[in-house]
Amino acid sequence: MTAILTLRDVSVTLGGSKGFLRKAIAPVRAVRGVSVDLHEGEILSLVGESGCGKTTLGRTILGLQRESAGEILLDGKPVGDLSPEAARSARRVIQYVHQDAGAALDPWWSIGRTLEEGLLIHSMRDGAERRDRVANMMSAVGLDPSWGRRYPHEFSGGQLRRVALARILLLQPRILILDEPTSGLDMSVQATVLNILLELRERFSLTYLFISHDLSVVERLSDRVAIMYLGRIVEAAPAKALFAAPTHPYTQVLLAAAPRLSGRRASDHGSVRGDPPSPVLVSPGCAFADRCPIAEAACRSEIPALRPVAQAHDVACHRAPAEQTASQRARRRA
Amino acid sequence: MMPLLSVRGLKVTIRTDEGTAQVLDDVGLDLERGRILGVVGESGCGKSTLIRAIMGILPRAGAVERGEIWFEGENLLSFSEAELARDVRSSRIGFIPQDPLLALNPVFKVGSQLLEVMRWHAPSDGTRGSERRKRHVGRLIGLLKRLQVPDPEGALERYPHQFSGGQRQRLLIAAALACSPRLLIADEPTTALDVTTQHQILLLLRELVAELAVSLLFVTHDFGVVAELCDDLCVIYAGQTVESGPVRSILDSPAHPYTRALLACHPDRATSFRGIPGSVPSPLAPPPGCRFAPRCGDVRAICSAGNPAQARAKSGAEVRCVQYSDWSADLLVRSHES
Repeated sequence: MTAILTLRDVSVTLGGSKGFLRKAIAPVRAVRGVSVDLHEGEILSLVGESGCGKTTLGRTILGLQRESAGEILLDGKPVGDLSPEAARSARRVIQYVHQDAGAALDPWWSIGRTLEEGLLIHSMRDGAERRDRVANMMSAVGLDPSWGRRYPHEFSGGQLRRVALARILLLQPRILILDEPTSGLDMSVQATVLNILLELRERFSLTYLFISHDLSVVERLSDRVAIMYLGRIVEAAPAKALFAAPTHPYTQVLLAAAPRLSGRRASDHGSVRGDPPSPVLVSPGCAFADRCPIAEAACRSEIPALRPVAQAHDVACHRAPAEQTASQRARRRA
Repeated sequence: MMPLLSVRGLKVTIRTDEGTAQVLDDVGLDLERGRILGVVGESGCGKSTLIRAIMGILPRAGAVERGEIWFEGENLLSFSEAELARDVRSSRIGFIPQDPLLALNPVFKVGSQLLEVMRWHAPSDGTRGSERRKRHVGRLIGLLKRLQVPDPEGALERYPHQFSGGQRQRLLIAAALACSPRLLIADEPTTALDVTTQHQILLLLRELVAELAVSLLFVTHDFGVVAELCDDLCVIYAGQTVESGPVRSILDSPAHPYTRALLACHPDRATSFRGIPGSVPSPLAPPPGCRFAPRCGDVRAICSAGNPAQARAKSGAEVRCVQYSDWSADLLVRSHES
């Protein structure tokens, strides 16, 4: 599978303003040395809690935020160090779907006009062609094309998300970054939105970077999952493998804490003390060491590297077992 | 034994610019002592209005048209506002709202806000004010310790913005428990929290219910949370109760078509993603009879004639659906008698 997007050791530091008469604001290392590949056509989910850096990482990939270190490659070509115009054009194939779809729409414009705007900006001069494309796209996302004359306030939350998707898809992206697309939605609406996302992926050959904290959705939707903690990826694996055999202690805690329909009653298993750490924190070793049930001395002094523990399954933990070769695994099974 | 809280035939309307919204129509539920009842429904189903009706804080444009709310043997709807404020809210029924930032005053220290609640409801028992205050502070610190708020003494001297989301939610739980209520009502208190923080709070609530012999009415739209936390469940659709009973019975064998359709949408169960066709009716123009009829796969003509009485499904849950009731028309309760 080709990697459409590659991140190599990307770090993003935010803030760090030093005012003359103002209090100096300490810089925050929101993303710390992230390396990951996004393969064409896949759905990769970034999962984590507050302060883990997943939203900052999404914005950095998009180009809204400049990375402080590391490389971002699109189809093998770097998009990091380009001039703003070149970067904008190179990154046009990556589009961002906001969590609050309605907020991005101008309330004074009809939906149709908003949808045409993107095409206008990209120099589609022929009005008839624009309207045609808009009508087709509205159908594709499940909206009646005649609703183009309506205004945002006349649509439901779920419908506004479709409008936002239509607007983005008119720009013919290849990668969509979806930031918590189902949060705050009722279950029936959520199901409809996820259904559209899957259909659109097929129809328009899209690749998704899915940022979410809803593990039920992530498990059903994703091809691969990357778990983030305090700016780093601590575990990355195909979805099935991650949910069947979570290896990093934080992943285990996270999966156990997620409320599932199977009704495992709230028990101590999966409980961890304290709150997710603030990215202001600077720790010499593994950021999870303070809350980790199996932390050792090495964990507090050395940052664990992300390394394979199984086929395509990487974990950043000193205590994780080393990758076994196929023959070793066969011997263990015997 | 009589349930701690029992809602019967509750009908609530809210006047709006566009007409009268029939927000709740014949809603009923029972909360047994020492148990956790989940009230589940999608947005706009009326669950928030239900809680407000129970606590007597409906908006001014709201009115209870019919029904009873029995709490410890008394009908709360017959209480005056003064009686509710003095004798019921905070002291006998504690409330945990969804957003701590809205509930806590940002310019007052947390300690003074929590103590104010206790002082207001403290019975005058002849002891000096300063001794009462010391007792209250002691109790509060004990509560904060139990709720695992770090540095409880220092916490009292801090302001709301100095706490994390999870800690603020614990402060609100402390406020709700301060006067030892018999009933706690929580309105989606964990929606805005991280997964691990939510898990801690749910665990805490379960433990508190067992330790303090308090009962919990927990409103949510998240079936996963219900599965983890609640003993019993009440499902509401468009202002009508459709199914209620033990959580596992309903989750494992949902009887009502709406419950079945909704659970089928949950990612943990869905074989493919598909929503429920149609949309929730507006309370301004609700369909007659069963409000789910227009979207129901098993609908029959009789469904629009009236709302069926409760019947018992095989799972043990109570369900309001003609499929489970007797077919004879005189058992149907006409919903538009007024």
